[in-house]
Amino acid sequence: MKSSLKLALGLASAISASAAVSNAAHAEDLTLCWAAWDPANALVELSKDFTKQTGIGMKFEFVPWTNYADRFLNELNSHGKLCDLIIGDSQWIGGAAENGHYVKLNDFFDKEKISMDDFVPATVVGYSEWPKNTPNYWALPAMGDVVGWTYRKDWFSKPELQKEFKEKYGWDLGPPTTFDQLKQIAEFFQKRQIDGKTVYGASIYTERGSEGITMGAMDVLYSYGFQYENPKKPYEMEGFVNSDKAVKGLEFYKALYDCCTPPGASNSYMGEGVDAFKSGQVAMHMNFTFTWPGLQKDENVGGDKIGYFVNPKGPDGDQFAQLGGQGISVVSYSDKQEAALKYIKWFANKDVQAKWWSLGGYSCLNAVVKDPKFPASQPYAQAFLDSMAIVKDFWAEPSYAPLLQASQKRFHDYVVAGQGTAKEALDGLVKDWTQIFQDDGKI
Amino acid sequence: MLNRTAENVARATPEPLARKVRGISDKGLAWLFISPTILLLLAINIFPLFWAIYLSFTNYRANRPNEVVKNLGFANYQRILGDQDIWIAMQTTAHFVFWTILLQTLIGFTLAWLIDRKFRGHAFWTTLILVPMMLSPAVVGNFWRFLYEPQIGLFSYVISFVSGIPPTDIQMLSNVSLAPWSIIIVDTWMWTPYVMLICLAGLRSIPEYIYEAAEVDRASNWRQFWSITLPMALPFIMLAVLFRGIENFKMFDMVNLLTGGGPGSTTEVASITLKRQAFESWRTGYSSAFAIILFVAVFGLANIYVKALNKVKQR
Repeated sequence: MKSSLKLALGLASAISASAAVSNAAHAEDLTLCWAAWDPANALVELSKDFTKQTGIGMKFEFVPWTNYADRFLNELNSHGKLCDLIIGDSQWIGGAAENGHYVKLNDFFDKEKISMDDFVPATVVGYSEWPKNTPNYWALPAMGDVVGWTYRKDWFSKPELQKEFKEKYGWDLGPPTTFDQLKQIAEFFQKRQIDGKTVYGASIYTERGSEGITMGAMDVLYSYGFQYENPKKPYEMEGFVNSDKAVKGLEFYKALYDCCTPPGASNSYMGEGVDAFKSGQVAMHMNFTFTWPGLQKDENVGGDKIGYFVNPKGPDGDQFAQLGGQGISVVSYSDKQEAALKYIKWFANKDVQAKWWSLGGYSCLNAVVKDPKFPASQPYAQAFLDSMAIVKDFWAEPSYAPLLQASQKRFHDYVVAGQGTAKEALDGLVKDWTQIFQDDGKI
Repeated sequence: MLNRTAENVARATPEPLARKVRGISDKGLAWLFISPTILLLLAINIFPLFWAIYLSFTNYRANRPNEVVKNLGFANYQRILGDQDIWIAMQTTAHFVFWTILLQTLIGFTLAWLIDRKFRGHAFWTTLILVPMMLSPAVVGNFWRFLYEPQIGLFSYVISFVSGIPPTDIQMLSNVSLAPWSIIIVDTWMWTPYVMLICLAGLRSIPEYIYEAAEVDRASNWRQFWSITLPMALPFIMLAVLFRGIENFKMFDMVNLLTGGGPGSTTEVASITLKRQAFESWRTGYSSAFAIILFVAVFGLANIYVKALNKVKQR
């Protein structure tokens, strides 16, 4: 009996001791929270170098895009300690800064000599600053992203299609430079038989639940002349959000949806767009550039079969694109802020950023993207660079969520459900947004 | 034997504990046993309810914990009751509840009546009919989304085969007129077996001798159905309607999976609106007020209905 007791005590002590050693080894492990998508896998690979250099282990909490905002905003709002580092969406920055969710990084940047001038300006404004255009930094630009287009280069280069297109529209079939051209190409391909299959014009964003249709419609509206507010008088939206030009832009988006999308594409966002392109359903495909490395590698539609182009120009020659992407922040509720800052310092390093790009992440560091070799480094690199130069972003106010909900409803009601007119949709949006800013005490 | 066991238990109980237990009355002992459940109910049901009532009078937002919470009085309630979008969502919910209940009751009762004939293999058919009800709503929602798919969906091909309309033109989830019906079809497919089961229990509870007496009186099958079967099964049918009514009033999963409330706001039922306000727009006070209104509406209607049900039972 005594020997059994001794054995049990010995085992218990050994287990406790090994657990203590293991806890000590993992005490500084950092948890990084992000969306579950291709770049996240690249970051896992990249972060192995950080662990090698510092001995700090990395754990990852990746959540699918559909639940990403819900899950992590809940986590931040409840002051949870799950995430030490978070790659939060660009529109969260206002709320996260004002509610104290993120650690302000100015002092850290000064101490470590990390300069925001070393990053692409649009990404600094979009991912790091709050209030916008002020030197108050809450994140390091981590993943550059913007809405762009892919097209089926192999279909575009078929001589019989080129001939037919030229006869019909009077210009050579190629990547469009204006939205009118884009619609003509989409109409040309809609319900056409190619290689024995019926194909369609374009896949565009129409998703209702999160942010899809807003990202897609805004991507067109900006180039048509839509503005969020009077540049001289903040929060004055009448005549800017619902200007005649903006109305024309929304009418165009609906016309594109009605004429040229695949059947049933009424709730389509990033995943559905990729599926439509990969399965050979569409000639053109609107999506964030993060999808491009995966499509380039695809056996059926990648390689020589795929081409990339920047968001086309509007009727007056204006050309903008919807910004995507995120910055990396330290969560203020984390007990491991020091280690988390070490990660940010490591991530800002030029070599790490270069490797980040080579693995499929989109670096925002000037030294990487302005390298003379960069445009030729990937078939989509030039289109990405050109797109990043013309970005605009949605409101990043603390009330971005209700602002987004309002535009989702107004756009989907008009574009997909066909209710009312474009003018009514945008007038309604002005009303909704005004109410939200009034509730916030901003007007 | 039982007495001996009780004696053994009493003997085995340690003296200090036995002394304490001996001092507790039967009522005290009853409270002792039910108190954990009551505490749990208070913690997870009653307290959140009262907290939600409190929040409904404020401008509280869960995503802005640092902001000062202001008392708004009945402003949230006034805003909700004057909001046209909320009324549209309520109408959509009513439309959905009405048609699902009507179809499920008609089909469910008919199936129960047929199964009650006790034909050869009726047990097998009963089990087969019950299968949809046993599936997870998430699974049902996802596979029906594929069935409705205009390019590859089986449903579209069957309709196309019957009607001659090209399958790509049958856009169940994208078409404003068809989208509400696509949800009604799935809900009916899934939950009719449930109604059938309750109706079957009702039909099986009717004593055989009543039908024998009717046979002696030469009552026709039709007469037997209207005078015996339907009145005696009615309380069960009403019970099924009550359960399905409450469930469908708060329907969320199927709508979210199939249409997400779209196209536009065509299928945006009250629960979807509530979720958007509470967890996407983070208007916690406002959405609490909306939740209270919904709760009062369901509670009130259910109470009226239960009174009617009791009257039917007493007849």
